[in-house]
This record gives sequence, C-alpha cells and structure tokens, in this order.
Amino acid sequence: MLRLTRGARVALGAIVAVVLVFMYVPLMLVIVNSFNAARIPSWPIQEFSLRWWGAAFANEALWTAVGNSVIVGLGAMVIALLLGTLAAFALQRFDFFGKQTVNLLIVLPIALPGVVTGVAFSNTYNNILEPIGIQLGYLGMIVAHATFCIVMVFNNVFARLRRMSPSMQEASMDLGASLWQTFRLVTFPQFRTAFVAGALLAFALSFDELVVTIFTAPAGVDTLPLWIFNQMSRPNEATQVNVIATLLILLSFIPVYVSQRLTRAEEDER
Amino acid sequence: MTSTATKPVSALLYRSRRLRLGSLLTLPLVWLVGLYIVSLALLLATAFWRVDPFTSKVTPAFQFDAFEQLLSNQAYLSTSLRTLGIALTVTLLSAAFAIPLGIYMAKIASPWMRGFLAVAITLPLWAGYLVKILAMRVTFTEEGFFNSFFGVLGISGPGFSQPTVVLTLTYLWFPYMALPVYTAIRQIPVNLFDASADLGARGWTTVRTVVMPLLMPALIAGSVFTFSLSLGDYIAAELVGGRTQMIGSIIANNINLNPPVAAAFAFVPVAFVVLYLLGTRRTGALERM
Repeated sequence: MLRLTRGARVALGAIVAVVLVFMYVPLMLVIVNSFNAARIPSWPIQEFSLRWWGAAFANEALWTAVGNSVIVGLGAMVIALLLGTLAAFALQRFDFFGKQTVNLLIVLPIALPGVVTGVAFSNTYNNILEPIGIQLGYLGMIVAHATFCIVMVFNNVFARLRRMSPSMQEASMDLGASLWQTFRLVTFPQFRTAFVAGALLAFALSFDELVVTIFTAPAGVDTLPLWIFNQMSRPNEATQVNVIATLLILLSFIPVYVSQRLTRAEEDER
Repeated sequence: MTSTATKPVSALLYRSRRLRLGSLLTLPLVWLVGLYIVSLALLLATAFWRVDPFTSKVTPAFQFDAFEQLLSNQAYLSTSLRTLGIALTVTLLSAAFAIPLGIYMAKIASPWMRGFLAVAITLPLWAGYLVKILAMRVTFTEEGFFNSFFGVLGISGPGFSQPTVVLTLTYLWFPYMALPVYTAIRQIPVNLFDASADLGARGWTTVRTVVMPLLMPALIAGSVFTFSLSLGDYIAAELVGGRTQMIGSIIANNINLNPPVAAAFAFVPVAFVVLYLLGTRRTGALERM
C-alpha cells in the first residue's frame, strides 16, 4: 500500500474537491442561469423566470439549426461508418506496404487543429471548385465532418476485429456462404457493438464540431454550435443560449449511459 | 465447385488477395487522399501565391512573402509564442491536477468513490465544447458568480483575459490528461508500493521515485492531447480572452483578406505539434495510445 500521512491524505482529498468544484460549479451555473430573468448572467440572481425557456422553444432559427446539426451528423456518421469499417478491415486483415501511412492518414484530420482542416476545405471549395462551377454547399459541410469522423469508427471496429478470430468466417466460406452472407450472418454480429459505439462517437463529434463548420457551412446555414457561437459573439448575449446549453448538459447523460450499457453487454458476450 | 459458378464475385475475391485489399482500401483512400490531403496540399500551395492587396484575389505564383511576414511581423511572432506559452501552461496545469487526482482515485478512494469519480471526470467530455466555454463565461463575467462570490473576500476575478483562456482550455481538455494518468496509476503493481514502504520510503518519496517515473508515458500521452488541442484553439480566446489572440485567430481573420498569410500560418501549429510529437516519440509513450 501507498503509505501516506494523514495530512497528505487530506491534502489530496482537498485537491480532488477543488477539481470537482472547478468542473461542475460552472456547469451548474449555466443550468441555474437559464432560469435567470435578467438579460446578462448576473450573480446573485435577482429574479427567476421561465421567460428564456419559452423564448427558446418558440425560436424557429434555433430549431432549424438543431435540424441541420442532426442532418449533418447523420450524413457524416453514415459516410464514416462505411469508410471507417472498410479501412479497419483492410488494416486489420492485411499486411501491406504503407500500412502505417494509411493509419496516419485516418488519424490526421482529428490530430490537426480544426482551423487547419476547416481552412483547407474552404480553400478547396471556394478557390478551386467554385471557379470551375462546382458548388458543394451543404454537402461540403457533410464531407468535411465525415473526414474527421472516420477515425472514430475505425478505432472502435479495428480494436474489436483484433480480438475476433477469423476461423468462424473461414468456416462459413467453406460451407459455401458468399462473402456478403458471411459478413451479414457471421462477421457483422461479432463487431456490432463496436460499430454502434463508433457510430455514436462519430455523430457526437460532428454534432459538437464548431471550427470546421465555421469555414465550411454555406452562407445562411446554421448548425447548432454555429448558432450558439453567433449568439455568444454578440455583446448582449441572448440568454436562450443558457437554455439550449442546459438541454445539452442533460443530453450528455445519454451517451454515458449507453456506453456503460455497451461495456456491460460486451462483458456479457464474453 | 458449385459455389464458384453461382457466386462469381465471392470466388474472385476469395482467390485474389490484391483484389480483396483493393476493394477495402480504395474508397477510404480516395476520400482521405483525394479530398483531404489534396486540400492540405492546395492550402500549402496558396501560401506561396500572390495576393492583390485591394481585391484580396489570389493568383498562382511562387513567392515567400507570406512566410516573410510571418517572421518579420512582430505581432505575428508574439502571437505564435503566446499561443505556445498558453498550450504549455494548460498542459502543466492539467498534469499538476491529474496526478493527485489519479493517486487519490487509485490509492485512497473506496471502490464506490472510485467509480463515482471515474464517471465524474468522463461526463463533462460529453457536455459539449461551447457549453463548457459558456460555463466559463457565466462564471467569470464582470457581474458573474466569481466576482460576486469572492468579492466578499476582496478578490476580483480575471475577467475575460489571457488567464481565463488558460483556465478555459484546462477546463476543456483536463479529462484527456486525467484519464490516462489515473489508468496508469491503477496499473502499477501493488507490491512496488509495499517494497518502497518496506525499504523505508515515506509516501512522498514513493510518489517521487516510484510513481512518477512509471507515470511518464501516460503524462506524455495526455500532454499530446492537451498541448495540441490548446495550440489549435482560438474560439476560447475569442469568447473569454478579451483581446487575447492566438494562432488560430490570425488564420481565421486572414482567410478572406489575405489567404497566403492564413495558409502560411496554418502550418505553424502543425509544425509545433509535429515537433512536439517527435520530441515525445523517443520515449515510446505514443505506441501505447
């Protein structure tokens, strides 16, 4: 055991308490402030009201932005699922020249700062594609998001494939099943949870992405982070942002719950 | 043999390894190279192009004006150094809190408390990037919680300034440091602690001579995240930094006015991150990520 004096234990406990306060008090302030009747997040709160909740739910621009975020997230997720799974199979099942490079290629879009990725795409869209008459518009945003989401699916599926034995698939092929039948009936059920986890992470990553969106969103189109960002950039920030932020904090319990369920399901499978 | 006749695609793929690999790799590679790498290359090319100072239109050329500005312009240079300083401070601050937190979780906390803390550190990861920046804004704004709460003691908060940017970035990326550090401490065999204690080492000596060296890979792995994520960020500087500018701010401000300068600047954080990765690679910490 690590022998620590009473004083050291108390000091460590105090540091942990400071960390928890630092992490959670600001989030709670956001929640409490969504009920603040005032226009600025002043403290202590003078008057509580549901005024901003009403305003937020009636705000069409906000819900259009949410809709856009969902569409872009789903689009990016589907592309990332396809490309990430293909790449995971290629890198897990084969040894070939340049394997490390391909691996780096997949990680690169998330390893580089979002502003670099965003500026690179917007440069291509505006200075190369547009002059030759190709307007990607909305699709350009989905393309950019999908690019940095691939790694999420790849990582999950790759890690699972490493633990799977190929003998089941060989048996299936030997019994006369086609490649597709084998994939559908034998291979896929084995990495389904990793596939779902990857999809969830890819969607969440896209749903939260701001910087790449700033540079690739077509004019007049807001995603949710873009809408929040525009509200926050104004000097008198509209308090509806606190409302949507509160909803997002509450929503964040879902992925934590799902991931715990997935880990448990995985443990049961083994 | 019947399967060969009725399932021509399967049979063909089964026979040819190259074809199988090709059918898997083509789409991802076309996407990543054809769209992403080409875009990055075009961006790098733009850095050498000529820009019309009045219309902001770029024409293909091969000149080093943008890179010269990067080095000669005092404001650009100091912004690069400031960003580097912020990223390093965030990394050190994260490590300074992650280590005691990890030790507490792994060695002092009860199993229930350990589970609770593990969820408590992970949960904010999902709360959303802008939500967390908003949380810091609400906390540190002029008439906000911090000033009102600590004003009683005569302490006034940092407001929207560079220290608030450091705090906000630490707030955003701390879990990326805390989780690997905690995992690493948990994996240290218990008998190492026993041996250290038997040899007469007090708690602090054990931490310094046994825990810290074993923690280096995790600290480096965590620092790669805290360092590179902070280095590329500019939204925090814009929303809680007052007049603080970071590298990203310069890229974002110049992309329409002076694309070559923006393009040249885009490679500054990339260069810093690559140098950092090369510096840490010798330690072998990255293979375990």
